[in-house]
Amino acid sequence: MSAHAGAGKYLGRPMERVEDATLLAGRALFCDDQPTRPGTMHAAILRSPHPHAKILAIDTQAVLKRKGVKAVLTGKDIQAETDPFLIVLRKPMDQWALAVDRVRFVGEAVAVVVAEDRYIAEDALDDILVSYEPLPAVIGTMDATKPDAPLVHPLVGSNIPSTRHFTYGDPDKAFAEADKIVELTIDYPRNSQTPLEGYVVVADYRPDEKVFDVLSNFQGPFTVHPVMSKALRCKGPQLRLRSPAYSGGGFGTKQAMFPYIVLMCVASKKLGAPVKWVEDRWEHLTAAIAAPNRVIKAQAAVKKDGLVLGLRYEQFDDYGAYLRPPMPGPLYRQHGIMTGAYDVKNMTITNHVVMTNKTPSGMVRGFGGPQIYYSLERLMQRVAVELGLDPLDVMRRNLVPRGSFPYRAAAGALIESGDFQTAIANAAEEGGLADLKRRRDEARKQGRLYGIGYAAVVEPAQSNMGYLSTINTVEERHKAGPKGGNVAYTTVSVDALGGVSVTADSLPQGQGHATILAQIVADELGLHPHEITCNMERDTQRDPWSIATGNYSSRFSSSTAVSGQIAARKIRDKLARIAAQNLNVTPDKIEFANGKIFARDNPDDSIRFSRVAGTAHWSPSELPDGMPPGLSEIGVWSPPELEPPNDADQINTSLTYGFVFDFCGVEIDRDTGQVKIDKYVTMHDSGKLLNPLLADGQVYGAFGWGVGCALHEEFAYDKDGSFLSGTFADYLCPTACEVPEPIILHMESPSPLTPLGAKGIGEGNCMSTPVCLANAVADATGAKDLRLPLSPSKVAALIQGDEPPPPAGQAKAALPPMAGGRGLVGEGSTLVPAAPEAVWQTLIDPKSLAKVIPGCHSLDLVGPNRYRAVVSLGVGAVRGRFEASVALSDLEPPKSALLSGDLLGPLGTAAGQGKVTLVPEGGGTRVSYAYQVVVTGKAASIGGRLLDGATRLVVNQFFKRLVAQTQGGAPGGALFWDGIKRMLGIGS
Amino acid sequence: MPELKTIGRKSISFVLNGKPVVAEVEPRMLLSDFLRQELGRTDIHVGCEHGVCGACTIRFDGRPARSCLMFAVQADGHRVDTVESLATQEGALNDLQRAFRTHHGLQCGYCTPGILMSAEAYLEGHPDPSEAEVREMLSGHLCRCTGYVGMVRAILATAKARKDGKAAAE
Ligand code: FES
Ligand code: FES
Repeated sequence: MSAHAGAGKYLGRPMERVEDATLLAGRALFCDDQPTRPGTMHAAILRSPHPHAKILAIDTQAVLKRKGVKAVLTGKDIQAETDPFLIVLRKPMDQWALAVDRVRFVGEAVAVVVAEDRYIAEDALDDILVSYEPLPAVIGTMDATKPDAPLVHPLVGSNIPSTRHFTYGDPDKAFAEADKIVELTIDYPRNSQTPLEGYVVVADYRPDEKVFDVLSNFQGPFTVHPVMSKALRCKGPQLRLRSPAYSGGGFGTKQAMFPYIVLMCVASKKLGAPVKWVEDRWEHLTAAIAAPNRVIKAQAAVKKDGLVLGLRYEQFDDYGAYLRPPMPGPLYRQHGIMTGAYDVKNMTITNHVVMTNKTPSGMVRGFGGPQIYYSLERLMQRVAVELGLDPLDVMRRNLVPRGSFPYRAAAGALIESGDFQTAIANAAEEGGLADLKRRRDEARKQGRLYGIGYAAVVEPAQSNMGYLSTINTVEERHKAGPKGGNVAYTTVSVDALGGVSVTADSLPQGQGHATILAQIVADELGLHPHEITCNMERDTQRDPWSIATGNYSSRFSSSTAVSGQIAARKIRDKLARIAAQNLNVTPDKIEFANGKIFARDNPDDSIRFSRVAGTAHWSPSELPDGMPPGLSEIGVWSPPELEPPNDADQINTSLTYGFVFDFCGVEIDRDTGQVKIDKYVTMHDSGKLLNPLLADGQVYGAFGWGVGCALHEEFAYDKDGSFLSGTFADYLCPTACEVPEPIILHMESPSPLTPLGAKGIGEGNCMSTPVCLANAVADATGAKDLRLPLSPSKVAALIQGDEPPPPAGQAKAALPPMAGGRGLVGEGSTLVPAAPEAVWQTLIDPKSLAKVIPGCHSLDLVGPNRYRAVVSLGVGAVRGRFEASVALSDLEPPKSALLSGDLLGPLGTAAGQGKVTLVPEGGGTRVSYAYQVVVTGKAASIGGRLLDGATRLVVNQFFKRLVAQTQGGAPGGALFWDGIKRMLGIGS
Repeated sequence: MPELKTIGRKSISFVLNGKPVVAEVEPRMLLSDFLRQELGRTDIHVGCEHGVCGACTIRFDGRPARSCLMFAVQADGHRVDTVESLATQEGALNDLQRAFRTHHGLQCGYCTPGILMSAEAYLEGHPDPSEAEVREMLSGHLCRCTGYVGMVRAILATAKARKDGKAAAE
């Protein structure tokens, strides 16, 4: 036990959470549950169907005529009312809360409708007519770096607005002396932990005070607060952000909602009423945020025995369409610790910020760590493979040596404590590594595909707020002045009856911070945690300012928790002095326990806690000399170790550094390519654990997401910029069947830099698990290049080669292939009780065809066998009005026709063709069809299953109507489900 | 089913957590929206509105159902239960809820009410499930925080305690 050990009666013990009763009863008030003022209006957002386009005009005339609609805003309103958001780089990349002149990604907000309720607001979006001129889009990260790539921000003149090069030690010498250079190129995908609760904003502009009063589930509370207040042209205190105590998960993503806060502020100001907006799932997946995908070219200079002499990284970090502050954070957040757990002194890093026509990147749990450790730990595995060594031996050979802490890493991280060798040895022993190896050998003997993976990660926590200034050159930093540090605040108050309340700066999103604060304060004051009331709401107008407050970088245990103890100790000291006076002893003899205060050597003579508190409030004259009155104390904590970057570009990016070592066994199904996790062991040295139950919860949660990243989750884009992952049926989150229970092991090397000895624990497995599983798949398959997520189809391709073409007999004769977007194909037939001639007549007569097409508002003949139609389409969560052009060709009356067409609307575009053949059968006609449709834009994001289902539905409707029409009447009722594209296909 | 007009309101009555509800609703209003926005329920949540996440799960005539995939008018004449129905006495948590607390089966708690509804219904029909069966049942829900470990333990522990309790009572 170290002198820093925080263990007390409650702290350090696995305690149940004080938050849970409310949550389990379903009575917690999340942001959307909070009461709003009567008269609150509801917003819906129109979004771009194009990855890149000029906005030629926006016609909002029709919208305002709709019943219940109160206001509509476009980029022009935003430009008039706000300034562009500040960005980290001084580059001409203006961005506003709504698109101005140009859209740069599918899902970018283009206009807002405010109405009496959300249903009306969403309906009204149909009436906004936006004319776009589509521009070439650039999606692939490396494509964006090519000289002839379309420019996302033409004024910048390049899609790489920042490149910085760093050298540590003597990398040239290291690479010259190497026996071998091992290389790997990593293409880390886009993903996000996608909290179950989306963004919620209620903005209420108070004109008299000129205050924007905002209730939201923003996780700031002060991060980017200045960015918002600057944009709104107001002083900080005039932008009041309030956050409820309960948030439905965040994982970093709820920092990226700030443009919507500004947007709703402007809407409220314009309307003169409170405006509420609740993001839906499609909006969140499409347009909220993603961790940057990153291409990393990594090299290791190694000796024959596996010793790594030097590392080279070239990183292309993809920030999508806009660089929203604090981006490009993920590229620099891990900068000091780019050598991971290894003692490597020589390194170069070249960092490129890349812009593409994808959703802007932002903060997501792990914050650059998953990308870095994926490349470093894959590289270590390759070193072993290429040198014919055991991967774990290679890792061990290079670890930071035992006894060398505090250890200064090449790029500046100060790893304050640890014992990596012991952690690995314990994990191997307690986790049964030898056994696992036997299991692998056994499986392989039987011809099964089995692999073992390892990963070692140094887990950083509590970011040095100066890390991002590393992106500036030394000269620029000198000019701007030093930036560093991290300040935390907690307030503890005691009322006259001894009631204790706590407020703190951490804005929890499920981690259980209130429980740990209650444990800390209860220990200090001799009370039970359930006697401590923690109010975890935040209000930027009342609570102390620090850019560092909020919920990120696993900062709670090493910052807010410490400030909580400081505040509680101040209260304790005061109460001890008051009690000492009454008990006639010196304050250092005073103890607190079981709601009583007493002298250590005379516990029977005690005073009730509440009584002493009452004295402090009611009898100021009885207070010891010089004691300031009142029982409300603020604890402020800022560790001195977080210095700004030095002139050698070294930066201690975090305060504490824990250690994670994982190993796992996976088996791959040879037929399906499915990766089954057979065993997973994760060892954590996170310093002192404040509550082991909650610490394990963090590990399980991060592991669950790590499994998702490794095997399932990706924001997928088509080459043309269509977004393909707009539902939870397309963005695949692992369920209880996919996430096994890992074996968690602990070791405690307390941090000497924080009074509680605690380090972070919430992000380690986001960094270790994806690469540990990938290394196991590499071990099983021998593959070098693995791109996450390792879905069955990808793994099957690895082990079986590409899928062979279908045998000639099964090949579909049908239609020529079409390129791009989400492709849908289908075929079928139906019997229509009318002669082929009658069916033919129905299909080629615009009047009758209009009745057959589901959702058709109008159909006009615009040329020989060419039509223009206006059709409503709705699939799952998305719906809208489309303009379609349709042409009939290859007409062979009354036998067959080829129908081709395309359509354009707020959901994107679709192009398709279909072949229809009519064959007489039993007095009627057998109508057979084969269609093929390519969908891009919003509709593409809702995914195969929904689109296919909707297609079938529309096809059925079409034929029902065709039957009815050929019998001389339309089917009853307006059918409003339609998938036009299908129809195009079918109609054919 | 009666034919509905897309505009205008329809009056419905159903039983929510044992108490009658009578209301006028627009036919297109989702049941999840009706429960949350019109009745002010906070014990169902909405996480996707397309039937995948399970956060909106209620019991409909006893069977777990996604309230985001139903219209409020469909509740007419039926029984709907939310988490409130679990409490054996006013304001108390039942054994399953308490087990979730003991085993740290929740973090943000946003997924929890829906999961409790599915788990309770499941345990009624499967008093002695294996871990694999519990996981299979849970696969109708997404939890983004916990990695599912705590809730699996909580459900298994509740099943066991109920079984043991029954055995002891017999
Ligand atoms: S909200 Fe109903 S299943 Fe997700
Ligand atoms: S506890 Fe947060 S989603 Fe399950």
